[in-house]
Amino acid sequence: MKQAEHEIRSNVGKLLKQKNIDVFIGYEKGSLPLRTSPCFVSSEKEARKLIWNSFCTNNLAVYLPRIMSRVKNKGSTRVGIICKGCDSRSLVELIKEKQLARGQIYIIGISCSGMVDYKKILSQVNSDEVIGVDETADEITVRSKEGERVFSKEENLCEPCRACKHAVPTVYDMLIRTAQQPRQATTPDPTVHDFLMKPREERWQILEQELSKCIRCYACRNACPNCYCKECFAEQTKPRWFGVTTDLTDIIFYHTIRIFHQAGRCVDCGACIRACPMNINLRLFTRMLVDEVKERFGYEPGVSAKEVQPLATFKTEDRQDFMIEPE
Amino acid sequence: MEQSDDKTIGQSDNKTNPFEPRILAFLCNWCSYAGADLAGVSRFQYPTTFRVIRVPCSGRINPLYIIKALQSGFDGVLVSGCHPGDCHYISGNYFARRRFALLKKFLEYLGIEPERVQFSWVSAAEGARFAKVVKKVTEDIKRCGPLEYFKKNIDSVERES
Repeated sequence: MKQAEHEIRSNVGKLLKQKNIDVFIGYEKGSLPLRTSPCFVSSEKEARKLIWNSFCTNNLAVYLPRIMSRVKNKGSTRVGIICKGCDSRSLVELIKEKQLARGQIYIIGISCSGMVDYKKILSQVNSDEVIGVDETADEITVRSKEGERVFSKEENLCEPCRACKHAVPTVYDMLIRTAQQPRQATTPDPTVHDFLMKPREERWQILEQELSKCIRCYACRNACPNCYCKECFAEQTKPRWFGVTTDLTDIIFYHTIRIFHQAGRCVDCGACIRACPMNINLRLFTRMLVDEVKERFGYEPGVSAKEVQPLATFKTEDRQDFMIEPE
Repeated sequence: MEQSDDKTIGQSDNKTNPFEPRILAFLCNWCSYAGADLAGVSRFQYPTTFRVIRVPCSGRINPLYIIKALQSGFDGVLVSGCHPGDCHYISGNYFARRRFALLKKFLEYLGIEPERVQFSWVSAAEGARFAKVVKKVTEDIKRCGPLEYFKKNIDSVERES
């Protein structure tokens, strides 16, 4: 970890000094222990504040379309970014959707060994008393006023990381390898299968239970790198598609459409889930489309830069078993 | 929905099951819409459960429209377009087919009866087939009953605010 951090700092410093890039998006120390914060670095000196640890969860690809749409001098501006496996797949999809030009970004890829969910750890300690945190290859040591407690990384991984099959970035200009092995899921993700085992009524009930927590802050949308529309359907007024209310059907409407808009594009990075202040288990619903797209169209977002997105193409022999045949 | 419509729906032919579903049909202008027309001209009998919106192509259907219809109080939605290879715009129905395949699975996964959202191919020459589709979809949705759990209750919203 420390070695990787050092490599990031020196390489970013060099890139900025040589004017290879104008700005670099990375992580800095968060204001609270167990947290990191995205940061924008534009000088060699500032590069020293960059960090790398198991809490660098944010998908930084989300900033790129926003930055690029504001840049005046598009031809000569170059942005550097640090990418885990999932982040790099988001970038590939953004490039495919013509939101970015590959030449405008410099990607420092980092092989990821799974991110740790700080909420899981904080739920096991008194969060007010946490002073600091250290980490080794497999363990997180949390220091609090009460003393030290050691947590296993494996047990406190972010849920999407458990199912991750692309821990090494699929696209990069420079790859940094950490001392740990990149994490590779060996068993299939049980989320969707388990949910489908439940009867229909119960599934709807769980959906209602989960989504009734929603306060409609739209953080899930804002954290998602795929959600770059200048005007979101949620805010359109001509026509207004659904009410600005806390009515449960309006909330369900918003979430089903938002999630469906990610069909064939969602890389299961978990940004929406981590952004949710109400801890809604959004992955229960987002993961379904990831699996279905893979199963039906054999497509995994962000893996290949050449493959066309599944809903932007078709085959004449596509399965149509769901269409009705009256007789 | 206008009041007069509700009255006609109330007068059901089947006295044991008074529920007559309200179904929204998105029909492609170049095929299914003409197919429905042909069904009428040919005097085929079919249930009066459908309200039709004519669209230029089944590829024009945004999944949002379908979910909106369900939330607005329709008990089911049918989207009908041209058979593969017959699209007026060459490939609109092929794109639509991929989208619908995912949408149907997704809604079923969330806990909406799969019968409520259906898709079919009906050409302009298939009036009889259109009547059959309407009958089948109506029967399916009758079996599901009214869609209460996803219908927006305007009254409750007003009381809340």
